[in-house]
Amino acid sequence: MQCHIYDGEVLLENKTMIEVKNLTKNFNSFTAVDHVSFGVKKGEVFGLLGPNGAGKTTIIRMLSTLTRPTEGTATVGGYDVVKHDSKVRKLVGLVSEKMIMYDRLTAKENLWFFGKLYNIPKNVLNQRIDELLGLVQLSKWKGSQVGTFSTGMRQRMNVIRALLNMPEVLFLDEPTLGLDPQSSVEVREFVKKINRENKTTIIITTHMMIEADMLCDRIGIIDHGKITALDTSTNLKRLVSGTDTTILVLEIANLTSDVIASIQSLKCVASVSQDNSTQIKVHAHGDEAFDSIIDAIRAENGKINSVNNLQPTLEDVFLHITGHEVRDKADQKIQLREHRHFMPRRRVR
Amino acid sequence: MSVKKMISHSLMITWKDLMELFRNRLGLIMLVLMPIFMMSMVGFIYPSATSTSDVPVALVNEDEGYSGAMLITALETMNNRTGMMTITNASGLDEVRNMIQRGEVDGGVIIASNFTSSLTSGKQGTITIVTDQSNPQMSTLLQIALKEVFEQMGTMLAQQNVEGLPGVNATNSLAVVKPYSVQTESAVPGHFSYFDFIAPGIMAMTVMMSVMTGLPAAISHEKEVGTLDGMMAAPINRLAIILGKTLAQTARGLLQGTLILILAVALFGVTIHGNILLVFAMLLLGVFSFVGFGVVITSFAKDQETAMMIMMTLMFPMMFLSGVFFPIQQMPWYMQSISKVLPLTYLADALRKIMVLGAGVSIISTELLVLIGFGVVMTTIAVPVFRRAMTR
Repeated sequence: MQCHIYDGEVLLENKTMIEVKNLTKNFNSFTAVDHVSFGVKKGEVFGLLGPNGAGKTTIIRMLSTLTRPTEGTATVGGYDVVKHDSKVRKLVGLVSEKMIMYDRLTAKENLWFFGKLYNIPKNVLNQRIDELLGLVQLSKWKGSQVGTFSTGMRQRMNVIRALLNMPEVLFLDEPTLGLDPQSSVEVREFVKKINRENKTTIIITTHMMIEADMLCDRIGIIDHGKITALDTSTNLKRLVSGTDTTILVLEIANLTSDVIASIQSLKCVASVSQDNSTQIKVHAHGDEAFDSIIDAIRAENGKINSVNNLQPTLEDVFLHITGHEVRDKADQKIQLREHRHFMPRRRVR
Repeated sequence: MSVKKMISHSLMITWKDLMELFRNRLGLIMLVLMPIFMMSMVGFIYPSATSTSDVPVALVNEDEGYSGAMLITALETMNNRTGMMTITNASGLDEVRNMIQRGEVDGGVIIASNFTSSLTSGKQGTITIVTDQSNPQMSTLLQIALKEVFEQMGTMLAQQNVEGLPGVNATNSLAVVKPYSVQTESAVPGHFSYFDFIAPGIMAMTVMMSVMTGLPAAISHEKEVGTLDGMMAAPINRLAIILGKTLAQTARGLLQGTLILILAVALFGVTIHGNILLVFAMLLLGVFSFVGFGVVITSFAKDQETAMMIMMTLMFPMMFLSGVFFPIQQMPWYMQSISKVLPLTYLADALRKIMVLGAGVSIISTELLVLIGFGVVMTTIAVPVFRRAMTR
């Protein structure tokens, strides 16, 4: 299959749920989102992948009518996010990275409050609250104040709160940020389930490659407010593997700096990074790469315990497309409005 | 969007805010304690003639004659009745000065050595009052009280002296010595204290504070923690957010206002002469006139801290210039003109007129007009400013 580098054109389908054209947002002189265009089909899970401050949250905020675009247009369900904002609001649910709930209200009261803002009739709302709490195993905490909940429980609440109005489009802004691996998996599974069962269109932002890879039908890679690539996870990975890159993870029992230097000196090797005292990761090009590297190690009397030929991860894709690693951006976030912990997740082997 | 829906959304927001308020125990305790502190503080720190008692005073009798001793007896009799002073004997002016410096007494009375002889030889007898300049309020009070005492004694003596004259007898001797009788009559019958003055002012101030600090704090807090997004992303009118939050803050303000009223009546003996419903109506009008101001500040402040700082900067001058604690008439003219543009001045004034003077709507019509006018202008500015600020 041919890989598709995003070139600014939007492929219009019959069932386009979200259409974004040249969407731009400036905060004073800082351009958070820079002429972004994309389309999302009904029932699709669309991922926006990029480092903190890349503009993901701002895109979500504009699409959920919380922030007004400086330039460009966006429609959700055919409604313009500026002109028909109240129509859009009825269609969407927002899971913000900051949890939207009141600590001193109980789980039920929180859901009741927001449900009433969506004009859901009393009996329907009662039933839906019970259903949603049941879905995320929070039924027995119905009458407890949310302030007493664990982070995982709170995030589950945060997600079901956005589902109260049975939205056609669900925005999830970093839904697993700060969660332990188990809670993260639970949230991801739940998101998948909602998409599968309700045919809800989902836009999810994340800086975690693994999350985007697991959940999204298509992924837009965003950096410095621009979408630099947009395709399925598989196709994006082919961008990297298609350029004859070999990624090897080698475990060498007697790893020395001489061994590393020797590998680095090879023409076919692009970069060598040391993971720990015995393990290195090598990016190399060309058909001969594998043999050359092994030979170089042997020449230095290196004892190879294991060799892994890695499939490219989305991180490699990101590196390939943007020219820098995702985590490099962590240093630059000072200039940005949001201050959060950056938690790189990498796939090893 | 229909008005009915907007109101129902507002009420939901009010309910939510009040639930949060009532479940915050510490906050609730503070809410009750604040007016109590406020009332007792201002009520007790300002000295007043009625509250002074047992002021230590040094007494020096340099006179050895009959008149000096009689004067002291009269002074002691009077003091036993009022309990205003605690009298200590001293030897002379120097000792009195030393005692004042050491802080043992707040003032002194010296009867001159020639007191009896002066009186018998047809001259005026001299009584010296020694005051403590470092405590001007106390020395003024003491001066007034002592002067009054000696004036009365002087009159009695004069009456005795003139009774023997032709045409003067016991019944008309007072009129001969003191032809004028001055009486004070207040506009409304009854006993008045500083609390009667301060209670309406503090009620006005509490309501103002709850709307002007409570509202920005509540909205910017929600903005900061992100919960405001939940409301903004819901299909509700932006006005419902302001309205709902204002209602909640109004309820809080009125609760505190009522508490002050109950305290003032129960503990500090304040009597309400006007219509109590009119008092509450005025408090509500006060909320209306301040709320726009609060919303404008909220729109400009990015976070809670900034909002609170702006509020504090504006509130302190308001509190002191609006005649809540001191009558405006005591201020220099330029300060008075500032206080005339502050809405709190009018609210405090109107409340005072209702509560103390028993005024009706027609008497406070100026205040009403100013408050309504201020409210309308501020709300007209506030609504578009808030809308813009919320969807930046």
